[in-house]
This record gives sequence, C-alpha cells and structure tokens, in this order.
Amino acid sequence: MLIPCPLCGPRDALEFRFVDETVRRPEPQSASPEQWRSYLYLRANRAGAVTELWLHRSGCRQYVVVERDSLTNTVTAARLARKEAVS
Amino acid sequence: MIVGGGVHGLATAYYLARNHGLTNVAVLEQSYLGSGGSGRNTAIIRSNYLTPEGVRFYDRSVKLYEELSTDLNFNVMFSQRGHLTLAHNDASLRTMRWRAEVNALQGVDSDVIGAAEVGRLVPQLDLSDTAHHPILGGLYHPPGGIIRHDAVVWGYARAADALGVHLHQGTEVTGIDVEGDAVRGVQTSRGPISTPVVVNCTAGWATLIADMAGVRLPITTFPLQAAVTEPVRPFLKTVVVSGSLHVYVSQTARGELVFGAAVDPFPSYSMRGSLQFTESVAGHVLELMPALAPLRVLRQWAGLCDMTPDFSPVMGVTPVDGFYLDVGWGTYGFKAGPVAGETMAELVATGKTPELIAGFDLARFAEGRLVGERGAAAVGH
Repeated sequence: MLIPCPLCGPRDALEFRFVDETVRRPEPQSASPEQWRSYLYLRANRAGAVTELWLHRSGCRQYVVVERDSLTNTVTAARLARKEAVS
Repeated sequence: MIVGGGVHGLATAYYLARNHGLTNVAVLEQSYLGSGGSGRNTAIIRSNYLTPEGVRFYDRSVKLYEELSTDLNFNVMFSQRGHLTLAHNDASLRTMRWRAEVNALQGVDSDVIGAAEVGRLVPQLDLSDTAHHPILGGLYHPPGGIIRHDAVVWGYARAADALGVHLHQGTEVTGIDVEGDAVRGVQTSRGPISTPVVVNCTAGWATLIADMAGVRLPITTFPLQAAVTEPVRPFLKTVVVSGSLHVYVSQTARGELVFGAAVDPFPSYSMRGSLQFTESVAGHVLELMPALAPLRVLRQWAGLCDMTPDFSPVMGVTPVDGFYLDVGWGTYGFKAGPVAGETMAELVATGKTPELIAGFDLARFAEGRLVGERGAAAVGH
C-alpha cells in the first residue's frame, strides 16, 4: 500500500503510523463525561471510504489526512493535517 | 435469530437448545459455517490472562473445551500440551509474575519458570545470552494447548442441528428492523424474517451489523495474519509465544508449524496477506529457533480482529431491546467460543446477565469501567 505524502511523494505505508480515524473532539469544558468517552472510544469503523489520520514517522514526520478504501486498501488522497482542523 | 455461523453463533444456538430448551432459533451465515474467524485463528486455547474477569471467563471456556468431544460426540482433538509465553526482559517477567498470581488466585495452573526449565520444555529454543532478545524465563500454563478449530464448528453445528436449530448458510443480513427501541425482525439476502431477538455473533463485521440496529461500538477492525509450514516429524510439544517478538508457534497433529503474529499495523476489512508479515514472522521465528531455517512456508492467510480499547470483548444487552452483542473478540475469540455461547444463551433465555460476563457490557465504555486485558495476544509487554 502506497500513501502519496504531500511532501515526500508516494511512500510505502510501513513508513507511516496509523493514528486513528478522524473524530471531532468535543469542547473539553462543556462536554459531558458520556460525550467525552464517546469521543475516546466509539468508532465508525466503516467498510469502504474512510478518512484517517496518519503520521509519516520515517519521513517528513508530518501528520497526514489519508482517504482510503478500507475494503481494498486503495488510497485516493493524502493532505497535510496541519492545513485543516481534523480532530 | 443469531447473526454469524462461527463458533460463537453456533455455540449460542446449541446452548439455547440444550440448556434452555429453545429450538425456535436460526443461525444466519453470509458465507459457509466457520468461514470467518473460526477457521482463521491459530487454534490456541488458554486461560492465563491478566484480569480476574478474563481469567475466570477463559477458565470456564477451557473446562467446556475439555468436555466438548464427549458433549458433542465429535472429536475436536483438544490437545492440552502446555502453553509457554517467553519473557525477554524484566518488564515481561514482572507482568508474568502478576499474571501467575492472578491465575493462582483463580485456581488456574500457571507459573513463572526460569530459562533452564524453558530449555527442558523446548530444547530447540536459542537460550544463549547473545541472542538479540535473550530468553530470561517464561510463563508456563500446562492446561493450555491447541485444538482442531474446524471440528469445533462442525461439532456445534451438527449438535445444534440435531436439537432442531435452523442453520442458514449463504444468507447475508442486510438490515435490522427496529421499531421504537425494540427489534422486530431482520432483512436478509433471502428475504425478511420477523423476530424479537437478534444476537450479533459476528467478528470482522460486528460494527456493520450493529450499525443496522443503530448501536455504535468501540471497535476498530484489524487483519491478523498467520502462516503454516510444510509438515515435519513432531518435535514441538509446547505452544511457544513471544509477546516481545509478536509471534506464536505451535505444531499441529499433522506436523505443520503454525505461526501467528500481532494484528496488522493499520485497520482494514481486506484479508490480503503481505510480504512484510511473512518476512517479519519468519525472522522472529528464526530468532527463537534457528534450526527451523530450512522449513518452507506453505501458505499464509488473514482473519479480521475486532479490537476494543481495553482488549476485552463486548457482551450483553444494548439500548435496543432484543438486540444483543457478542462482539469485540479481538485476538481471543476462538478460545472463548464455548463460554460465550453458554453465557449468551443464558442471557437470551433468562433475560439476566450472567455474573461471568457482567464486566464485559457495552455500558462500561460510557461509564468508564474498562477491563484492561494486557494478557491478550495483540498486546506487547
């Protein structure tokens, strides 16, 4: 599986560390314990198109938002995470 | 209505019929019986876990497995040849001592042994202190062993069928009808079925089935790969596990060596194998047993593991009345098959959650009562 790193170009997925599917963090001050634990533990775990956060550990060490098909492992897009608020 | 024709679904159906006299039960399987995790695991049975909840639960499973051939009148070839987890550093030894004490308290035969005794059990291991990961000792668990996993599936299926349970292969669940907060029926690829009870006994697809009932799960699905070598003359009695090297090795009754590993480094529903796995598992096995170098790998495969945040399963009721969970079986589902079936059957038949699975409820995640099971196979120490 190749991930097209926006800075380094196409690289083997083994250079990256999978972090998590993208989940929006609730406001820490106002979230109820249930909302906070949902954010911590519950996952969509979709079969098909997924948006995830990866870290290019052995490359540019940037966090990358990866769009992938979880049934086929085909990667369709990768963007720098710092350019968007994902979590 | 039970979704999933693996060991969990079939055992649940069998115990519903045998222990509770309920035979108006159907098992729906999208492929063939035992086609999922039940036929893809490395067939290791043990109960030397870390949490008291885990140890009690898996110990009951070992007891049921010990009686299973007689119970089902079908030889499941359970071989209690001993299970040895290797320690390569002080942290592993400390966790093992902890596990051994928890095990002893629950009456499970399990003890920490030194390197010399490890060598007596498995002379093929490289015990030199120049090894990259020297072996300092191990956690030895004599009642652990291996089993013929297909036979367990066939045995439960035949026994359940004989008691009047309906088994439907090639029947994919495409929807679950929920009215108000209660289950009314399921939609399948072969038509609708009305039912007040649906038990989700799937692995790999657990999230997708729960989505149909509107129940969110704390699960991420990772593939786990395994491989088997050409058969050789029996030489390895004990099941050998190394948490640090992420590998476990056993020799089947046919003489093949079965290798398993930790889950793949990223989640997926794809069951394709990878060269990275083969290279890594072969390297780690040779670090442990250099004499295996001439052996050839015959085939490799993958199964889907539904990993939970605390490495314990999710069992019991949900906010939807009549929708039950027996999911989140990570890397420990097959060894739990009989006890999961027994307890889920009791829950469905009596409406009361058995003590043995009370700690594994879905509500523990919302309420912050996790059962951190660091004795699970995917967890490095």
